[in-house]
Amino acid sequence: MSEVLGHWNQVAVIVLMMIGLYTVISSDNLVKKVIGLNLFQVAVIMFYVSMGKVAGGTAPIFPVDEAGNYVTDIAFSNPLPHVLMLTAIVVGVATTALGLSLVIRIQEAYGTVEEDEILDMDHREAHV
Amino acid sequence: MIEPLLFVLLLALAVAILKLKDLFAIAMLSGAFSLVSAGLFTLMDAVDVAFTEAAVGAGFTTVLFLGTLAVTANTERQQPFRLGPLLVVLVVGAVLIWAGLDAPLYGDPTAPVHTHLGAEFIGRAPSEIDMPNIVTAVLASYRGYDTMGETAVIFTAGVGVMLLLGGRKGRDLDEEDQD
Repeated sequence: MSEVLGHWNQVAVIVLMMIGLYTVISSDNLVKKVIGLNLFQVAVIMFYVSMGKVAGGTAPIFPVDEAGNYVTDIAFSNPLPHVLMLTAIVVGVATTALGLSLVIRIQEAYGTVEEDEILDMDHREAHV
Repeated sequence: MIEPLLFVLLLALAVAILKLKDLFAIAMLSGAFSLVSAGLFTLMDAVDVAFTEAAVGAGFTTVLFLGTLAVTANTERQQPFRLGPLLVVLVVGAVLIWAGLDAPLYGDPTAPVHTHLGAEFIGRAPSEIDMPNIVTAVLASYRGYDTMGETAVIFTAGVGVMLLLGGRKGRDLDEEDQD
Protein backbone atom coordinates (compact mmCIF):
# COMPACT_ATOMS: atom_id res chain seq x y z
CA MET A 1 0.00 0.00 0.00
CA SER A 2 2.82 2.44 0.89
CA GLU A 3 4.29 1.59 -2.50
CA VAL A 4 1.17 3.01 -4.15
CA LEU A 5 1.14 6.08 -1.86
CA GLY A 6 4.76 6.92 -2.69
CA HIS A 7 3.85 6.75 -6.37
CA TRP A 8 0.64 8.79 -5.98
CA ASN A 9 1.72 11.08 -8.79
CA GLN A 10 2.05 8.20 -11.24
CA VAL A 11 -1.20 6.57 -10.17
CA ALA A 12 -3.13 9.87 -10.49
CA VAL A 13 -1.53 10.61 -13.87
CA ILE A 14 -2.34 7.13 -15.19
CA VAL A 15 -6.00 7.41 -14.05
CA LEU A 16 -6.18 10.80 -15.79
CA MET A 17 -4.58 9.33 -18.91
CA MET A 18 -7.09 6.46 -18.97
CA ILE A 19 -10.04 8.88 -18.65
CA GLY A 20 -8.65 10.68 -21.72
CA LEU A 21 -8.13 7.40 -23.60
CA TYR A 22 -11.67 6.27 -22.72
CA THR A 23 -13.08 9.57 -24.02
CA VAL A 24 -11.22 9.06 -27.30
CA ILE A 25 -12.27 5.44 -27.95
CA SER A 26 -15.80 5.45 -26.49
CA SER A 27 -17.19 8.69 -27.93
CA ASP A 28 -18.44 8.92 -31.52
CA ASN A 29 -18.35 12.73 -31.58
CA LEU A 30 -15.15 13.93 -33.26
CA VAL A 31 -14.92 17.17 -31.25
CA LYS A 32 -15.12 15.19 -28.01
CA LYS A 33 -12.46 12.82 -29.31
CA VAL A 34 -10.10 15.78 -29.78
CA ILE A 35 -10.87 16.97 -26.24
CA GLY A 36 -10.10 13.46 -24.95
CA LEU A 37 -6.80 13.58 -26.82
CA ASN A 38 -6.05 16.86 -25.01
CA LEU A 39 -6.76 15.25 -21.61
CA PHE A 40 -4.38 12.44 -22.54
CA GLN A 41 -1.73 14.96 -23.55
CA VAL A 42 -1.98 16.95 -20.31
CA ALA A 43 -1.66 13.66 -18.37
CA VAL A 44 1.57 12.75 -20.19
CA ILE A 45 2.97 16.26 -19.62
CA MET A 46 2.03 15.99 -15.93
CA PHE A 47 3.88 12.65 -15.75
CA TYR A 48 7.12 14.12 -17.10
CA VAL A 49 6.91 17.24 -14.94
CA SER A 50 6.23 15.20 -11.79
CA MET A 51 9.34 13.11 -12.54
CA GLY A 52 11.41 16.30 -12.59
CA LYS A 53 10.28 17.41 -9.11
CA VAL A 54 12.94 17.26 -6.36
CA ALA A 55 11.66 17.27 -2.77
CA GLY A 56 12.72 20.59 -1.17
CA GLY A 57 13.85 21.88 -4.55
CA THR A 58 12.82 25.14 -6.15
CA ALA A 59 12.01 26.28 -9.70
CA PRO A 60 15.16 26.01 -11.89
CA ILE A 61 15.92 29.75 -11.95
CA PHE A 62 19.11 31.01 -10.30
CA PRO A 63 18.50 33.67 -7.63
CA VAL A 64 20.94 36.62 -7.76
CA ASP A 65 22.77 37.70 -4.59
CA GLU A 66 23.79 41.29 -3.64
CA ALA A 67 27.02 41.10 -5.65
CA GLY A 68 25.06 40.18 -8.77
CA ASN A 69 26.26 36.57 -8.88
CA TYR A 70 24.04 33.55 -9.40
CA VAL A 71 23.29 31.48 -6.29
CA THR A 72 23.94 27.91 -7.45
CA ASP A 73 24.29 25.96 -4.19
CA ILE A 74 20.58 25.31 -3.58
CA ALA A 75 18.44 22.38 -4.74
CA PHE A 76 16.70 22.91 -8.09
CA SER A 77 14.07 20.73 -9.71
CA ASN A 78 15.21 19.12 -12.94
CA PRO A 79 14.84 21.63 -15.82
CA LEU A 80 15.11 19.02 -18.60
CA PRO A 81 11.54 17.58 -18.41
CA HIS A 82 10.23 21.16 -18.33
CA VAL A 83 12.03 22.02 -21.58
CA LEU A 84 10.80 18.88 -23.34
CA MET A 85 7.21 19.46 -22.18
CA LEU A 86 7.23 23.11 -23.31
CA THR A 87 7.89 21.79 -26.82
CA ALA A 88 5.17 19.14 -26.38
CA ILE A 89 2.52 21.69 -25.31
CA VAL A 90 3.14 23.96 -28.29
CA VAL A 91 3.22 21.06 -30.78
CA GLY A 92 0.05 19.73 -29.11
CA VAL A 93 -1.78 22.97 -29.81
CA ALA A 94 -0.65 22.87 -33.44
CA THR A 95 -1.97 19.31 -33.86
CA THR A 96 -5.22 20.22 -32.07
CA ALA A 97 -5.74 23.09 -34.51
CA LEU A 98 -5.09 20.76 -37.46
CA GLY A 99 -7.45 18.11 -36.04
CA LEU A 100 -10.22 20.63 -35.46
CA SER A 101 -9.93 22.03 -38.98
CA LEU A 102 -10.27 18.45 -40.28
CA VAL A 103 -13.42 18.17 -38.13
CA ILE A 104 -14.79 21.35 -39.72
CA ARG A 105 -14.10 19.99 -43.23
CA ILE A 106 -15.84 16.70 -42.30
CA GLN A 107 -18.82 18.69 -41.01
CA GLU A 108 -19.00 20.51 -44.35
CA ALA A 109 -18.68 17.35 -46.44
CA TYR A 110 -20.97 15.04 -44.43
CA GLY A 111 -23.19 17.41 -42.41
CA THR A 112 -22.34 15.59 -39.16
CA VAL A 113 -19.38 14.96 -36.84
CA GLU A 114 -20.69 11.68 -35.38
CA GLU A 115 -18.28 8.96 -36.48
CA ASP A 116 -20.84 6.13 -36.87
CA GLU A 117 -23.07 8.26 -39.11
CA ILE A 118 -20.07 9.18 -41.26
CA LEU A 119 -19.08 5.49 -41.59
CA ASP A 120 -22.69 4.59 -42.50
CA MET A 121 -22.67 7.20 -45.27
CA ASP A 122 -19.35 5.91 -46.63
CA HIS A 123 -20.64 2.35 -46.47
CA ARG A 124 -23.86 3.18 -48.35
CA GLU A 125 -21.92 5.14 -50.95
CA ALA A 126 -19.61 2.18 -51.57
CA HIS A 127 -22.58 -0.16 -52.18
CA VAL A 128 -24.59 2.06 -54.52
CA MET B 1 0.46 18.78 0.46
CA ILE B 2 -1.90 20.67 -1.81
CA GLU B 3 -0.87 18.70 -4.93
CA PRO B 4 -3.04 15.59 -4.27
CA LEU B 5 -6.04 17.87 -3.61
CA LEU B 6 -5.55 19.64 -6.95
CA PHE B 7 -5.17 16.23 -8.59
CA VAL B 8 -8.56 15.20 -7.18
CA LEU B 9 -10.07 18.38 -8.65
CA LEU B 10 -8.37 17.60 -11.97
CA LEU B 11 -9.80 14.06 -11.99
CA ALA B 12 -13.29 15.38 -11.15
CA LEU B 13 -13.07 17.81 -14.09
CA ALA B 14 -11.92 14.99 -16.38
CA VAL B 15 -14.87 12.77 -15.32
CA ALA B 16 -17.27 15.68 -15.87
CA ILE B 17 -15.82 16.19 -19.38
CA LEU B 18 -16.28 12.47 -20.05
CA LYS B 19 -19.88 12.36 -18.78
CA LEU B 20 -21.34 15.60 -20.14
CA LYS B 21 -23.10 15.69 -23.52
CA ASP B 22 -23.20 19.49 -23.91
CA LEU B 23 -20.10 20.26 -25.96
CA PHE B 24 -20.11 23.97 -25.07
CA ALA B 25 -19.89 23.08 -21.36
CA ILE B 26 -17.18 20.54 -22.17
CA ALA B 27 -15.09 23.19 -23.98
CA MET B 28 -15.40 25.49 -20.96
CA LEU B 29 -14.50 22.67 -18.54
CA SER B 30 -11.43 21.80 -20.61
CA GLY B 31 -10.31 25.41 -20.14
CA ALA B 32 -10.77 25.03 -16.37
CA PHE B 33 -8.91 21.70 -16.57
CA SER B 34 -5.93 23.42 -18.19
CA LEU B 35 -5.94 26.16 -15.54
CA VAL B 36 -5.93 23.66 -12.64
CA SER B 37 -3.14 21.69 -14.34
CA ALA B 38 -1.18 24.95 -14.69
CA GLY B 39 -1.51 25.36 -10.91
CA LEU B 40 -0.16 21.84 -10.43
CA PHE B 41 2.78 22.56 -12.74
CA THR B 42 3.65 25.59 -10.60
CA LEU B 43 3.61 23.45 -7.45
CA MET B 44 5.92 20.98 -9.19
CA ASP B 45 8.38 23.87 -9.88
CA ALA B 46 7.69 23.91 -13.64
CA VAL B 47 6.83 27.61 -13.86
CA ASP B 48 7.61 27.87 -17.58
CA VAL B 49 5.37 24.91 -18.39
CA ALA B 50 2.67 26.41 -16.13
CA PHE B 51 2.41 29.73 -17.90
CA THR B 52 2.59 28.12 -21.32
CA GLU B 53 -0.24 25.77 -20.33
CA ALA B 54 -2.29 28.66 -18.87
CA ALA B 55 -1.86 30.83 -21.97
CA VAL B 56 -2.05 28.16 -24.63
CA GLY B 57 -4.16 25.41 -23.03
CA ALA B 58 -6.68 27.49 -21.08
CA GLY B 59 -6.74 30.37 -23.56
CA PHE B 60 -5.98 29.49 -27.15
CA THR B 61 -7.23 25.88 -27.23
CA THR B 62 -10.58 26.92 -25.70
CA VAL B 63 -10.97 29.52 -28.46
CA LEU B 64 -10.21 26.81 -31.06
CA PHE B 65 -12.87 24.52 -29.59
CA LEU B 66 -15.47 27.30 -29.43
CA GLY B 67 -14.71 28.22 -33.04
CA THR B 68 -15.26 24.60 -34.08
CA LEU B 69 -18.50 24.35 -32.09
CA ALA B 70 -19.83 27.42 -33.91
CA VAL B 71 -19.71 25.33 -37.12
CA THR B 72 -20.60 21.85 -35.80
CA ALA B 73 -23.39 20.53 -33.56
CA ASN B 74 -23.56 21.84 -29.99
CA THR B 75 -24.50 18.60 -28.25
CA GLU B 76 -23.16 15.09 -28.50
CA ARG B 77 -25.66 12.39 -29.48
CA GLN B 78 -26.59 9.91 -26.73
CA GLN B 79 -24.93 6.58 -27.42
CA PRO B 80 -25.32 3.07 -26.01
CA PHE B 81 -22.82 1.82 -23.43
CA ARG B 82 -20.13 -0.40 -24.92
CA LEU B 83 -18.01 -2.81 -22.88
CA GLY B 84 -14.98 -2.96 -25.21
CA PRO B 85 -13.48 0.50 -24.58
CA LEU B 86 -13.95 0.14 -20.80
CA LEU B 87 -12.12 -3.20 -20.75
CA VAL B 88 -9.25 -1.81 -22.86
CA VAL B 89 -8.88 1.19 -20.54
CA LEU B 90 -8.99 -0.90 -17.34
CA VAL B 91 -6.40 -3.39 -18.60
CA VAL B 92 -4.04 -0.71 -19.96
CA GLY B 93 -4.38 1.35 -16.75
CA ALA B 94 -3.72 -1.67 -14.51
CA VAL B 95 -0.62 -2.66 -16.54
CA LEU B 96 0.74 0.91 -16.45
CA ILE B 97 0.23 1.26 -12.68
CA TRP B 98 1.86 -2.15 -12.11
CA ALA B 99 4.82 -1.20 -14.30
CA GLY B 100 5.17 2.16 -12.54
CA LEU B 101 5.62 0.66 -9.06
CA ASP B 102 9.32 0.05 -9.75
CA ALA B 103 9.95 3.71 -10.57
CA PRO B 104 11.64 6.10 -8.10
CA LEU B 105 9.34 7.74 -5.52
CA TYR B 106 7.89 11.22 -6.08
CA GLY B 107 10.46 13.95 -5.30
CA ASP B 108 13.35 11.49 -4.76
CA PRO B 109 16.54 13.54 -5.40
CA THR B 110 18.61 10.39 -6.11
CA ALA B 111 16.37 9.26 -8.99
CA PRO B 112 18.33 8.53 -12.22
CA VAL B 113 16.54 11.40 -13.98
CA HIS B 114 18.27 13.89 -11.64
CA THR B 115 21.76 12.42 -11.45
CA HIS B 116 22.86 12.54 -15.10
CA LEU B 117 21.96 15.20 -17.67
CA GLY B 118 19.79 17.33 -15.37
CA ALA B 119 22.61 17.99 -12.90
CA GLU B 120 24.99 18.58 -15.81
CA PHE B 121 22.80 21.33 -17.27
CA ILE B 122 22.32 23.00 -13.86
CA GLY B 123 26.08 22.94 -13.28
CA ARG B 124 27.15 24.27 -16.68
CA ALA B 125 24.39 26.78 -17.50
CA PRO B 126 25.68 29.69 -15.31
CA SER B 127 29.17 29.77 -16.83
CA GLU B 128 28.33 28.68 -20.38
CA ILE B 129 25.05 30.49 -21.11
CA ASP B 130 24.93 33.14 -18.34
CA MET B 131 21.14 33.03 -18.13
CA PRO B 132 19.37 32.87 -14.75
CA ASN B 133 16.51 30.72 -16.08
CA ILE B 134 17.95 27.25 -16.79
CA VAL B 135 14.86 26.21 -18.78
CA THR B 136 15.42 29.12 -21.18
CA ALA B 137 19.12 28.32 -21.44
CA VAL B 138 18.44 24.68 -22.36
CA LEU B 139 15.51 25.50 -24.67
CA ALA B 140 17.17 28.21 -26.72
CA SER B 141 20.82 27.16 -26.60
CA TYR B 142 21.62 23.54 -25.71
CA ARG B 143 18.49 22.28 -27.48
CA GLY B 144 18.22 25.10 -30.03
CA TYR B 145 17.90 22.72 -32.99
CA ASP B 146 15.00 21.00 -31.23
CA THR B 147 13.22 24.34 -30.87
CA MET B 148 13.89 25.10 -34.53
CA GLY B 149 12.31 21.74 -35.45
CA GLU B 150 9.34 22.66 -33.27
CA THR B 151 8.92 25.87 -35.26
CA ALA B 152 8.92 23.81 -38.46
CA VAL B 153 6.16 21.59 -37.01
CA ILE B 154 4.03 24.62 -36.10
CA PHE B 155 4.60 26.10 -39.57
CA THR B 156 3.54 22.83 -41.19
CA ALA B 157 0.42 22.65 -39.03
CA GLY B 158 -0.40 26.26 -39.88
CA VAL B 159 -0.04 25.55 -43.61
CA GLY B 160 -2.24 22.47 -43.16
CA VAL B 161 -4.98 24.48 -41.42
CA MET B 162 -4.82 27.13 -44.16
CA LEU B 163 -5.06 24.51 -46.92
CA LEU B 164 -8.03 22.82 -45.20
CA LEU B 165 -9.98 25.94 -44.27
CA GLY B 166 -8.60 28.64 -46.57
CA GLY B 167 -10.73 29.71 -49.53
CA ARG B 168 -13.94 28.32 -48.00
CA LYS B 169 -15.72 31.65 -48.47
CA GLY B 170 -14.90 31.65 -52.18
CA ARG B 171 -16.17 28.10 -52.69
CA ASP B 172 -19.45 28.86 -50.88
CA LEU B 173 -19.98 31.84 -53.20
CA ASP B 174 -19.29 29.71 -56.29
CA GLU B 175 -21.93 27.20 -55.19
CA GLU B 176 -24.44 29.99 -54.63
CA ASP B 177 -23.74 31.33 -58.12
CA GLN B 178 -24.52 27.93 -59.62
CA ASP B 179 -27.83 27.86 -57.76
